[in-house]
Amino acid sequence: MSESYILSTIVENKPGVLFKASNMFRRRGFNIESITVGPIEQPGLSKMTIVVNGDESTVEQLVKQLAKLIDVIKIVRLEAKNSVVRELALIKVNASDQKARADLMNYVQIFRGKVVDVGEETMTIEVTGAPDKIDAFIKILTSFGIRDISRTGITAIARG
Amino acid sequence: MVEMIGAEAVIEALKRENVSVVFGIPGGANLPIYDALYSSGIRSILCRHEQSAAHMADGYARASGKVGVCMATSGPGATNLVTGIATAYMDSSPIVAITGQVPRAMIGKDAFQEVDIIGITTAITKYTFQPMRAEEIPSDIKKAFYIASTGRPGPVLVDIPKDVQQEKANMIFPDKVTIRGYRPVVTPHPLQVEKAVDLLLSAERPVLWGGGGVNLSNAHEPFRKIAELLMAPVVTTLIGKGAFPENHPLALGPIGMHGTAEANRIVLETDCLLSVGVRFSDRSTGRFDAFCPDAKIIHIDIDPSEIGKNKRVHLPIVGDAKVTLEQIYERLKSKIVEQRNDSPWLRRVEEVREEVRRNAKLDGSNRLMSVQIIKKIRQLLPPEGILATEVGKHQMFAEIHYKVVRPRTWITSTGLGTMGFGFPASIGAKVAKPDVPVVDLAGDGSFCMTENSLAVCVEEGIPVIVVIMDNRSLGMVEQWQRIFYNRRYSSVKFGSTPDFVRLAESYGAVGIRAHTLEEFEKAFNHALLSEVATVIDVPIDPEEDVYPFVPPGAGLKDILYGPNG
Repeated sequence: MSESYILSTIVENKPGVLFKASNMFRRRGFNIESITVGPIEQPGLSKMTIVVNGDESTVEQLVKQLAKLIDVIKIVRLEAKNSVVRELALIKVNASDQKARADLMNYVQIFRGKVVDVGEETMTIEVTGAPDKIDAFIKILTSFGIRDISRTGITAIARG
Repeated sequence: MVEMIGAEAVIEALKRENVSVVFGIPGGANLPIYDALYSSGIRSILCRHEQSAAHMADGYARASGKVGVCMATSGPGATNLVTGIATAYMDSSPIVAITGQVPRAMIGKDAFQEVDIIGITTAITKYTFQPMRAEEIPSDIKKAFYIASTGRPGPVLVDIPKDVQQEKANMIFPDKVTIRGYRPVVTPHPLQVEKAVDLLLSAERPVLWGGGGVNLSNAHEPFRKIAELLMAPVVTTLIGKGAFPENHPLALGPIGMHGTAEANRIVLETDCLLSVGVRFSDRSTGRFDAFCPDAKIIHIDIDPSEIGKNKRVHLPIVGDAKVTLEQIYERLKSKIVEQRNDSPWLRRVEEVREEVRRNAKLDGSNRLMSVQIIKKIRQLLPPEGILATEVGKHQMFAEIHYKVVRPRTWITSTGLGTMGFGFPASIGAKVAKPDVPVVDLAGDGSFCMTENSLAVCVEEGIPVIVVIMDNRSLGMVEQWQRIFYNRRYSSVKFGSTPDFVRLAESYGAVGIRAHTLEEFEKAFNHALLSEVATVIDVPIDPEEDVYPFVPPGAGLKDILYGPNG
């Protein structure tokens, strides 16, 4: 059965590491939904959060291939129920009249987003949350006319 | 701490790894390294193509068990190495390739002879280094050798910008390196070993299957002792030939597309398959789902990613083949009270062997010139003699008919299947083992791909013997066109081929043509004593085809014994 898995990996923070990982995914035909990379508190290391879609045996093989990369130091498979999963999205929507702006402000409040930029005809909204919350928010904004979306891809951390 | 330039640090680091020979070609971007090599005492073998340099390093590694080193300049020098690196990667051979790169300031500017060799080779190396400061060179080279030779061995590339080679720095040469993301598991989990012992003891029809990993970890002795203790028949992969002496009564030969009929039949009947250092390649197993469907499969490998990659196994054991087999052997020995010298299973093995022997269709193959030549080579070559092969029909004939009796005396490109590999690999093997006769069994198609290495043989006094099964054709492809494409011979027959005798002579080597088995024996005996390389050209009927044959995509049971089934 195909589903999404989250892999939280600690990797060497040096040039080429993201290339080596993504090159391996491409070569072995793994279907990656998102990869995010950022430094962690220990110097010289980064965290790479990978979301992959596949069945159990595909993900098992992906973990092994990833572990084989010399620049990958540790891999943790995060279970959705035991981890905090977040994604950030920036969404630019049409907002030329007063009514649209008021409606948008309402939705932004409900979804605990933030208006981060206002133009003559647009508003840009920042929203953070689990991917399904962001999906729901984007769906609602569709009726206003979405000009552009930037999503970070998810990052995650184990609870406790 | 010693002050020197980067290029001198490269050579010093190589010396510290006990490197005595490098194979390569100098060029603009590795001039400083070659300058440091000049007075270093390390033997520098000047190749005629970088692909051959990589194959020579590979052949050297396979024959000796040590890391082979090849060198090339930037750009085309580096890209020419690619096929050789990929060949070593697919067959897990430890080589270190050192390439020159354009100066740091020119990287990314599409400079003359600039190529992103790190990007190109990432998928075909175990690891790559690009030192950007001279003082990184000693530890990068140390790590390169460590990574190439430990765990599952493989090629490592070190790409050094020219100005880093020229830069002066205070160098520290480490005696030991640790890499936090690289810790191969050598010792198996004791519980898994215990389970393997139980499975083997309760099996009625055990089979041992040895691959390249047995050869790489020098696990031959415990592998043989387990077979003899269990009285279990042994099969191998193509690269695993030599994992078990093929003249042993329990040896059935390799399984797979061109495995022996008895090995392919017996492996399907096993109820417990002990697979060691194999990767369940499609060429060995045939269709994955039809391979040993009823057997409990134990899989020992040092590379965890090989386990379950192609075939689900019942008992995975991650560990070094030698260490793991020694532990299994010790436990087995303490548990077996009485060794059986006879069992229904052994009688069944004998029965299958007898059937295969009686098979009239197979008898015909013994009359083929290709087969007679291969059997003659085995007869004339001492047990420690090394046979390298190219890729094609001659290789498959040798897979079936050439009996490898000693470890590391069989050198062939199996994973990548690289034509042109055998000749330079045989040169590398001869450099590693100068006192042992080394033969390259070739086809005319393969030999033409790297024949210019004859110049290296003559110049360096490396007397390898090349036997060309000369069918004026890309024979293996021709066989497939004959069987699967209704004899539509599309671009496989050579309209023109060189006169290999005169070709050899023009390089200063010896060339002999042998039309009969008697002529061949005479030529080969002459070659064994020769101090220069010898090329023996044996004209072969292009319609001599290799059987038995498991067609691509079929299961091992769907074996073809001849053109009519």
